[in-house]
Order: sequence, then C-alpha cells, then structure tokens
Amino acid sequence: MSDILLSLSGVHTHIGSYHILHGVDLSVRRGKVTMLLGRNGAGKTTTLRTIMGLWRASAGAIALDGRAITDAATPDIARMGVAYVPETMGIFSQLTVRENMTLATANGRFDETRLEETFGFFPVLKTKWNDRAGLLSGGQKQMLAIARAIIERRRLLVVDEPTKGLAPAIIDHLIEAMNRLKQAQTTILLVEQNFHMARSVGDDVAVMDDGVIVHRGAMADLAADEALQQRLLGLNLASHQ
Amino acid sequence: MTRPSLLGRLISEDYPRNRVLAGLLIIAFVGLALAPFLFPGTRPLSVATRICIFILLAASYDVVLGYTGIVSFGHAMFFGFGAYGVAIMLARGWVGWDAMAIGLAAALALSAAVAALIGLISLRVKAIFFSMMTLAVASFALILATQMRDLTGGEDGLTFRLPPALMPSFRLVAEPLFGVRIDGRILTYYLIFGTSLAFFLLLLRIVNSPFGRVLQAIRENEFRAEALGFSVVLHRTLAGVIGACVATIAGALLAIALRYNGPAASMSFEIMVDSILLMAVIGGMGTLYGPLIGAVLIVLAQYYLQPGMEILSSALSGFPVLPALFHPDRWLLWLGVLFVTIVYFFPSGVVGRLRALSASRPARSA
Repeated sequence: MSDILLSLSGVHTHIGSYHILHGVDLSVRRGKVTMLLGRNGAGKTTTLRTIMGLWRASAGAIALDGRAITDAATPDIARMGVAYVPETMGIFSQLTVRENMTLATANGRFDETRLEETFGFFPVLKTKWNDRAGLLSGGQKQMLAIARAIIERRRLLVVDEPTKGLAPAIIDHLIEAMNRLKQAQTTILLVEQNFHMARSVGDDVAVMDDGVIVHRGAMADLAADEALQQRLLGLNLASHQ
Repeated sequence: MTRPSLLGRLISEDYPRNRVLAGLLIIAFVGLALAPFLFPGTRPLSVATRICIFILLAASYDVVLGYTGIVSFGHAMFFGFGAYGVAIMLARGWVGWDAMAIGLAAALALSAAVAALIGLISLRVKAIFFSMMTLAVASFALILATQMRDLTGGEDGLTFRLPPALMPSFRLVAEPLFGVRIDGRILTYYLIFGTSLAFFLLLLRIVNSPFGRVLQAIRENEFRAEALGFSVVLHRTLAGVIGACVATIAGALLAIALRYNGPAASMSFEIMVDSILLMAVIGGMGTLYGPLIGAVLIVLAQYYLQPGMEILSSALSGFPVLPALFHPDRWLLWLGVLFVTIVYFFPSGVVGRLRALSASRPARSA
C-alpha cells in the first residue's frame, strides 16, 4: 500500500474565463495532516473544490489511493470516503444538529461508539442535539461541520479554513480536536490561514502562490524558519503567537 | 429517547410548534372529518370536498417547490392526468371499482414517466429553464386534452357514472344518522377525505424521512449536499415523481367528486396559479401544514367571499361609495387584495410566520 493517499499532478482549473490553478502538484500522506497554506487568492479553496469535483480540472490528474477521480462526480468522490468541510461551514441551517449529522451517515443510522467519540471531541453538540443548526454560534457551526465529516470513518478529510472568524478559545478547542483526529491516524488536508493552528497540527505543508505549489516540506521545518515564512507567506510570526 | 405517541407517529413527529397553528389544524381536521354532520347541505359538502382535494394537491406541490426548491408550472398537468385516467375509463361505460383502479394506475404510470423524463432532462439546466420546460410540457398536454376529442371529450370534457355505492341514490343505512342521510354523496366525501388524509400523512412521512432531509439539504445548498455524497438530479427527480403521483391521485379524487372532467376543471393554468401556487405560497412553503392552511383559506375565499360581500354591501347601503366598493361583483378584486395583503405581511406564509413567532423558545435537547 502506497504511503500517498491523495495526489494531484499538474492540475489546472478554469472558472469561466479565469485560469485559477496553473499546474498544481500535491501529495497527501496517509495518516498525516497536510497543511495547504498561502495568501488570499492563491488558489487553496479552488484546489479543494477541484479535488471534490465541485469544479472540474481542465488538465492534470487527481488520484485517491491510486484511483483516478479527476472526472468523478462529487457524490461519487464523497462516497469513496472523502469528507469535505467547506470554508462557509457547510451546515444546513434549517435542519437540526441531529439531522445534519444523520445526513452524513451511510445508512441514516449512527454507530453509537463513533457518535460518543464525536461528542467527546465536541461535547456542546450533545446539548444542542435537537436545536436548529442555524441557531448555533459560529464556533458551534464549525464544530458541527467537522463532526459531520468524522461521524463516519473517512479515508480523507478535506477541511477549508476551520478557524476563520472564530474566537481564540474556540480555535484552541478545534486544535485539540484536530490533534485527537490525528492521533486516530485520520488523513487530513487542511487549508488554514491561522499559522498557530497550522503549526500545532500539521505534519506536512505545501504553500501555494498564484495557482501553483511554491514550497513543499515538513511543517516543523517551516515553523522553525521565520525567514522562509516571511518569504512564502509574508508572516510576522510574533503576531501569530 | 422516549417513544413518540400514536399521534406523534402518525404525523411523523412533525409537530405544529405553535399553539395558534395547532388550533387551526385541529379546527380544520375536526371541521373536515365531521363536515357532513356539522354543515349539512350540498354546497358545504362541495366546499369540504374541494378543500380535501386541494390540500392533497397543494401538499404534493410543496414537496416539489417547498422541500426541493424546484419551481414547476406543470403540476396541474399531473392533476389532470389523474382526473382523465378515471374519467376516460368510466365514461366508456365500464362502471366499476376495477375501471377506476385501472384508470388511476395508468394515470400514475404516465405521470411517473413524464415527471421522471422532465426531471432527468431538465433538472440539470438552470432553474428558469426548468420552469419554462414544465410550462411548455403542461401547455402541450392541455392542447392534447382539448384536441383529442374522441378520448377526452375535448373542451366539453367527459361526464360519467360512478360505481353504485358512490351515487347519490345509494343508501348505506335506512335511517338518518344525526339527522343526515348516509347516501352515496356522503360515502364519496369520506372516500375523498380518507384518501386525502392517508396520502397527506404519507407525504409527512416522506418529508420527515432521511430522504426528505436530503431534499431540504439540496434546497438549502446543493453543492454541500453533493459533497456529502447525494446526487442532486436523482433526488430532485424522485421528489418530482412523488409530487406528480400524489397530484395524480388528487386529480382522480376530483373526477370522482365532480363525476365530470374537462380541461378547465383539472388542467388549466388557472388551477396551477390561482390554486396550487397560491395555496403553497400563502400557507407557507417547506412545511406541509402551510399548503393545508392555504388550501382551506383559498377555497373558503373562492366560495364565500362573494356571498359575504353581498351581506356587507347591503349592510353599508346607507353610506356613500362603500356599497359599490363592496359590491359582490368586485369579489375578485378583494380576493386579489387579500392575497397581496397576506403575502406582504406573511412573506414566509401563514405557517412560516406562526412558527417564526415560536422559534425564540428554547428547543428540546438530547
């Protein structure tokens, strides 16, 4: 079994007349957390949406566990075990927390052990179980979106900026949850602007700029190299402590 | 987790969540269940029959529009298929339950096939093109119904006899019950009431099932639903087929109630806009109780607004202008004013507004 679960080779994506991805090469290792970093507009979200088939790759190849998914329909990709948590949280606000979670199960029934495990990550969801998802706070919505992605055992979690707009205390809670998922050998591709979170959970890192990957390596190496951070991300680490 | 009560199971735990709404639903249910005894006479029975049929029809449309977000202008076509299915069989002189069943089965098959075809072909296109497509297909079906005189009776339609047990001359028991003679008209009413109730509860079960939740998820955000592994086209097509089949059953009930069917009675654009669409919008989309309330309000307005205005106009005879303003001939104007007022003050429909008032209360937790 290959060490690589997901691979993108020379992926180009056009949205209308705009050429967004210019040949993305990316590998996600099995059981590891791969961070996809980059400035706003670098093409991170487009990369995730292209992986999910929400936007079609106009060239290049995407493979999941060696199987080509470049032209697969989004529902088929999801059924192959890829869970996507979009930037906009991806919850259904008119449905209850329970109904949101039920939608993510394979047969409409919960594995009780898995459900209790998920409640362990996000205890607040248990208390809000029958509340409409639209009434949850921003942090709780994000927790629900991630909980929905992990309620079934997935091969790959694709998560887009889970910390966006959240309070620091909630971010710390999400970091803790991500680290517990990581300990459970869950493979995660995580887009993140919050360097504190990236440094706390990432194993590998890829940095994007203008639709291409400009850096690949270990997250720990990037976290230790302030000059590289400054060059790739324009970061002043002091502001992210 | 506590086991729901019998009522809870019947309504698939889709509780009204508002006391006023619960009261209105109880009044509607009791009023319709006991209509022949509470409001004796031919006209009230016709009104109650029409309410039952249009509750089912508007509810079936809400599965398509309210739960799935598909704007279809072709729903009256499926209503017409059901009415013609029964009418064509019975008008051929084969008066029996088996003829009605065969006619309904053929209509259901036709509706399911047409709905599936429209769905698979056109749900991939943008919403406005889908709406135009349904309008075109419905117009085509209406033209066919008026042109195929040998089969459908053309503009004149078809008049027919029902099985003996449903004819007014039939007596179930010799003595009146609570002063009401239990004849074929009453049996027809309860056949329609019972069928409408059963299929309304079935629709409640469907929209509250995992399938119904997927439909709601698709309505809210189809990309998110796809990312969870649900095929939008397949689910929307299935919803369209379910809505079409239930509308077909409502159409068959209309034909049974009228002992007649023609293009204006069941397939016209007026049925689509003045009844189905208005009932769903005024009652509140995305909740089956909305079309129920909408159907009651609109059918009552269609039948009683004009007589009510006649009384009002007479009562205001001593005043200038007012008697003319409320003259019974102007009932359509006031019906329009009533609709505009309801839509203005209840943009999410009567049920949506009532539920929104209760939404601030804390919900049940696990």
